[in-house]
Amino acid sequence: MTLLTFTLIMFLGAFAAGFIGSLSGLGGGIIIIPLLSVFLGVDMHYAIGTALVAVIATSSGSASAYVKEGITNMRLGMFLEIATTAGAVIGAIISTNAPTSILAIVFGLTLTFSSINSLRKKEDHLVLPEDSSALARNLKLNSSYPTPSGEKVKYGMTNIVGGFSMMGIAGMMSGLLGIGSGAFKVIAMDTIMKVPFKVSTTTSNFMMGVTAIASSVIYIQKGYIEPSICMPVIIGVLIGAMVGAKVLVKANPKKLKVFFAFLILALAINMMYNGIMGNI
Amino acid sequence: MSTAKFNDSDLQSIIGNVLRYGVLLALTVAVIGGIIVMFTKSGNTVDFSTFIEKDDNIFNVINRIFAGVGHGDGESIIFLGILLLFITPALRLLLSLVSFFFEKDWLYVFISLIVIGIIVLSVTLGFSH
Repeated sequence: MTLLTFTLIMFLGAFAAGFIGSLSGLGGGIIIIPLLSVFLGVDMHYAIGTALVAVIATSSGSASAYVKEGITNMRLGMFLEIATTAGAVIGAIISTNAPTSILAIVFGLTLTFSSINSLRKKEDHLVLPEDSSALARNLKLNSSYPTPSGEKVKYGMTNIVGGFSMMGIAGMMSGLLGIGSGAFKVIAMDTIMKVPFKVSTTTSNFMMGVTAIASSVIYIQKGYIEPSICMPVIIGVLIGAMVGAKVLVKANPKKLKVFFAFLILALAINMMYNGIMGNI
Repeated sequence: MSTAKFNDSDLQSIIGNVLRYGVLLALTVAVIGGIIVMFTKSGNTVDFSTFIEKDDNIFNVINRIFAGVGHGDGESIIFLGILLLFITPALRLLLSLVSFFFEKDWLYVFISLIVIGIIVLSVTLGFSH
């Protein structure tokens, strides 16, 4: 294949990944990996490196808007980044030593879990600041976020130790597979710490960039980052995500979500099958 | 409080801008590199089906990228764009540290330093000398 053909296919594929990632709420990075490794025959390690670059591009791009609105809880993000960066370094070291077939199987399992999780009905929590745990108060994690009408909603949170540990796992998966691990972060913040939905999604997005740089140095040193693959992919993913966000406003997101969740589940099974058969 | 010249909402606005313009700059550089590659190497055959593991110090990689950029090498320019993309969140981290310092929030100065320390550590951990 010539570089020109490869770049064009890569761009179209990344556009599709960004589009599906945005509609399904899973993010573009997690869809780039099966696309590159299963359909385009790119080695899994290059796919992981490329996904990490795409994750940084999309998360920094969208975080810029949320941070300005004041929804992101920057102290919570910074505190939890201790867990995610430490996890990411461990994950990246495991990734550079693990055989490709194992990575494919772990990735397939993560993708299965994420797609099922995207269909689960999410409960929005609001812990009042006075019901907050002592540790949350000592770490100054309680905060408030503005509603569209301009009011401020004050909130607290609980089970900081549990959430922190889950974030370590989220960071490890991110370093291992080059993904943003949004699904794990949501479990840590929504389900365990009971942070309001609006705050948890934006803070999770805010944390992705810093978590990713912890593993990026290791990826660069091991040669995971290949400029010729990354260039069309970052641009394709960003444009795809923007178009996806526009469509999301008009279309029925529920039906689309179910459709894409099944599509992603099929991809996940394909990855695991190829991993077990040693094709990847 | 007369000492609180610098508050959270100033920080949010600065960080928001750093992230936005950082990504825009990184993408522009990567696209320029991409155009150069397309003009010079578009007919080359590529194959990424086997991974060639490297074991290279980050500082050597950066030196090579800058040398390549000096020669107008497209791939090095793309890589420079990718480095800028990685630097954007790192800059955000440093800005948070500085602002916690000005707010005299010593707990969060400490927490920011731990995060920075882990990232610095990854440079040595990921390199099997």
